[in-house]
Amino acid sequence: MSTVRVLVGTRKGAFILTSDGKRENWDVSGPHFAGWEMYHIKGSPVAPNRLYASQSSSWFGQIIQRSDDGGKTWHQPGTPPGEVPAPGPPKTASNKFVYDATPETGKPLITHQFYDGTQHPWEFKRVWHIEPSLTDPDTVYAGVEDAALFRSTDGGENWQELSGLRGHGTGPNWQPGGGGMCLHTIILDPGNPQRIYIAISAAGAFRTDDAGKNWKPINRGLYSQYIPDPRAEVGHCVHHVAMSPSRPSVLFMQKHWDVMRSDDAGDNWKEISGNLPTDFGFVIDVHAHEPETIYVVPIKSDSEHFVPDGKLRVYRSRIGGNEWEPLTKGLPQNHCYVNVLRDAMAVDSLDKCGVYFGTSGGQVYASADAGDSWAPIVRDLPAVLSVEVQTLG
Amino acid sequence: MIRVILPPHLRTLAHVGGDVELNVEHPVTQRSVLDALEARYPMLRGTIRDHTTRERRAFLRFFACEEDLSHQSPDAPLPDAIASGKEPFIVIGAISGG
Repeated sequence: MSTVRVLVGTRKGAFILTSDGKRENWDVSGPHFAGWEMYHIKGSPVAPNRLYASQSSSWFGQIIQRSDDGGKTWHQPGTPPGEVPAPGPPKTASNKFVYDATPETGKPLITHQFYDGTQHPWEFKRVWHIEPSLTDPDTVYAGVEDAALFRSTDGGENWQELSGLRGHGTGPNWQPGGGGMCLHTIILDPGNPQRIYIAISAAGAFRTDDAGKNWKPINRGLYSQYIPDPRAEVGHCVHHVAMSPSRPSVLFMQKHWDVMRSDDAGDNWKEISGNLPTDFGFVIDVHAHEPETIYVVPIKSDSEHFVPDGKLRVYRSRIGGNEWEPLTKGLPQNHCYVNVLRDAMAVDSLDKCGVYFGTSGGQVYASADAGDSWAPIVRDLPAVLSVEVQTLG
Repeated sequence: MIRVILPPHLRTLAHVGGDVELNVEHPVTQRSVLDALEARYPMLRGTIRDHTTRERRAFLRFFACEEDLSHQSPDAPLPDAIASGKEPFIVIGAISGG
């Protein structure tokens, strides 16, 4: 029987939740890295026991952790525990993220727009999102704050910036959102290894068609009242983007306000908020087998980061947007004031599709029937930052 | 031997249970102690000093002999009691945050 492994990052550690394919009874392990902010944990699609985790702290900075046994043991890539390092300069630096400022790679950027409109130096703060390669367990991408994309080809031991993204020309107009200027979404096209989508808050969505050398903004059709030109090429606060692997040219976006879709790989977007009670939110995801079935969790507003009316409702559209139905069975429908952050929803690939999300209140909810009904796996974790799912066996 | 006391999170990262003992060539300074610490425990690189600037991370302090040495030159000699191992060199995290 299949096994499902849910990887949960929280404000104070990581947790691994495991169940069989029935998804009724769960084993919970953790906290791993207790006390640290775990922004994201994700497994390699081709070597599922290879997990990468982003561990960070305001005190000690960024750490990358790797497990090669499905999360039972962890180490910082290149520095196995108990191994006395050889004398001489270090060969690895798994937590070293240095922006590319070499003249060879073109146009190193110095500053971006800050909250007050002035230019501000680019400063590395943390890794928000880790995206392992679809084909090579040693290749992995990292989206960081201040926004940039890094890649490792040696299992996370060393990282290099794909500097064509920051250097393509609009960088000085990027600006931080409330959570910082973060590159939070990385989507690898399963049908085209040259194509990668990323999204930045608050710059927008971008695409490369040559494996990261050159990038272009893909924000046509977005409308954001909070920037001087609401239809500007960049400056949009994109919260998350999702894609069905079976149809990689169709993208769904939860923007700061507005839920959007693109049917041409991001070249053009149209709004699909339809009858949602509010179109502010963070998460968006796509059913594993039905590419027109999508999920969002509406949040009341950008000044009240909790669900509307005290009710935790996932909304599902089965026709690719505009017509949404609330999914409430098993979810609290009074006195609930949690948020669901941008990386905190995921789907498994079982039939029926499982859907999972975590809240700022520390609950992780699971649905084993594509959202028709829900139950908490755990209720009292630290605030959940990210949820990923692996379908094993 | 120089004794170094690390905050709990860094002890966990370094897989050590208590004080760290290091051989450090004279003159013993903040820089030579931290260089020796990072050479022996490379998983700590970047956690105490910034990778690029080599400056102390903002929420950390260096205490020794009941003094805050954080703002002294990294190349200033540390007190003899540190160099002799009588007193520890303490890396401490700011008490802040939630």
